[in-house]
Amino acid sequence: MESAVRLRAAVTLLGRFPALAGVDLDISPGEIVLLKGPNGAGKTTLLRLCAGLCTLSTGQGWVLGHDLSSERRMVRRRVALLGHRTGLYDDLTVAENVGFWARAAGAGRQDVDEAMERLSLTGRLADTRVARLSAGQRRRASIASLVVRRPELWLLDEPHAGLDQQTRDTVDALVRGAAAAGATVVLATHELERIAVLEPRVVSVVGGVVRGDDPPDSQSPNSPSDAEDDRRVS
Amino acid sequence: MFRDAWLIAGKDLRIEMRSRVGLNQIVPFAVTVLVLFAFALDTDQEALRTYAPGLFWVTVLLASLLAIGRSFAVDLADGAADRLLLSGIDPISVFGGKAAAIAVQLVVLEVLLGAGVVLLFDVTVHRYGLLVCAGLAAAAGVATAGTLYGALVAGLGVRETLLPLLLLPVVAPVLIGATRAFQDAFGVAGAEGWAWLGLLAGFAAIYGVFGALSYGALLEEA
Repeated sequence: MESAVRLRAAVTLLGRFPALAGVDLDISPGEIVLLKGPNGAGKTTLLRLCAGLCTLSTGQGWVLGHDLSSERRMVRRRVALLGHRTGLYDDLTVAENVGFWARAAGAGRQDVDEAMERLSLTGRLADTRVARLSAGQRRRASIASLVVRRPELWLLDEPHAGLDQQTRDTVDALVRGAAAAGATVVLATHELERIAVLEPRVVSVVGGVVRGDDPPDSQSPNSPSDAEDDRRVS
Repeated sequence: MFRDAWLIAGKDLRIEMRSRVGLNQIVPFAVTVLVLFAFALDTDQEALRTYAPGLFWVTVLLASLLAIGRSFAVDLADGAADRLLLSGIDPISVFGGKAAAIAVQLVVLEVLLGAGVVLLFDVTVHRYGLLVCAGLAAAAGVATAGTLYGALVAGLGVRETLLPLLLLPVVAPVLIGATRAFQDAFGVAGAEGWAWLGLLAGFAAIYGVFGALSYGALLEEA
């Protein structure tokens, strides 16, 4: 079966800094993969590379069968990236934001309604400008605007950040549902215990390289620390 | 393609109407510049009438810098620029939509400033057709060039200061052509207004085509 993500000696430079320094990684379709590692290890860059937002400096990569060097536009149409920023417009309402991104992806009104319902963004909240939302509500609206795209590869960077318990459960259900429907999910988070319930395959990212798979519940005492990656940056 | 361009333009215009930045900041800025020109030259009413077309277009160009910068700032504020890349919308549509939204804002600005020029500078319009066509062509030229250069500097930390430095020399032909056309329309000089309108239309067409072709590459770098 063709890999959802296949990277070979992938190097991505941010300026002159090798944010990814030779990543080898295979992710199968339908897998839930947790990227584990200290701050600055390269998790976010790895997600952005898989989304087609970063360029391969050297090495090779394919996402959903598309070459990351020559077919990044094709990759982008089929993935969803939940990053640190929401991707929403402050002066539009929640419904307008979700509706805009839905129409951009060719989704219909029904998709918008379903996504809003799923993320509890109905009623007055739907007609509230994003600028007036709390951080958690913004995050929910951001996720809803991705759900409408029905992506084949979910790339989630700290998906639980700023969410209350109920919405965290909703996100977990979303991840499970996406994987059950055949989509691939790659998450980067420090909340390892929380993610363990999703039974993901755990991949350690350290110093811009993938160090291999870990048991899901491992928090090894030898785990690399932020200090190690700080030394790499300096 | 047109559906997506319409989607982008509609989104940008809705944001501007909601935020009222254009109404509360850009228009007052432009009116202030126009009034300052009037104060500087008010002892010589004849000079005001003669130079009104040039002063009008200098004011429009300065205000357009704010509108163009704002158009890209809303996309950069919370990561929407990345989402646009991931949306699958053709870059040509993004270019067309953003340029159309900026052009609409400039036309509104031109109408308001035009009324200000008539009132403050005591000019009389002799050729309305030429005035309208030149205003539309100049708005299209500034919007297309501005969208192109706005994307070029969007990813840079110094975009606010770099945009005027790059864009103003490029749109100098618009300033010259539109000023000459307006001189003819106001009857303050014997310029060949319709010929200058041709220059404006040509400029808009060149930057429209050039922008549409190169916008995808610019978005990748932004």
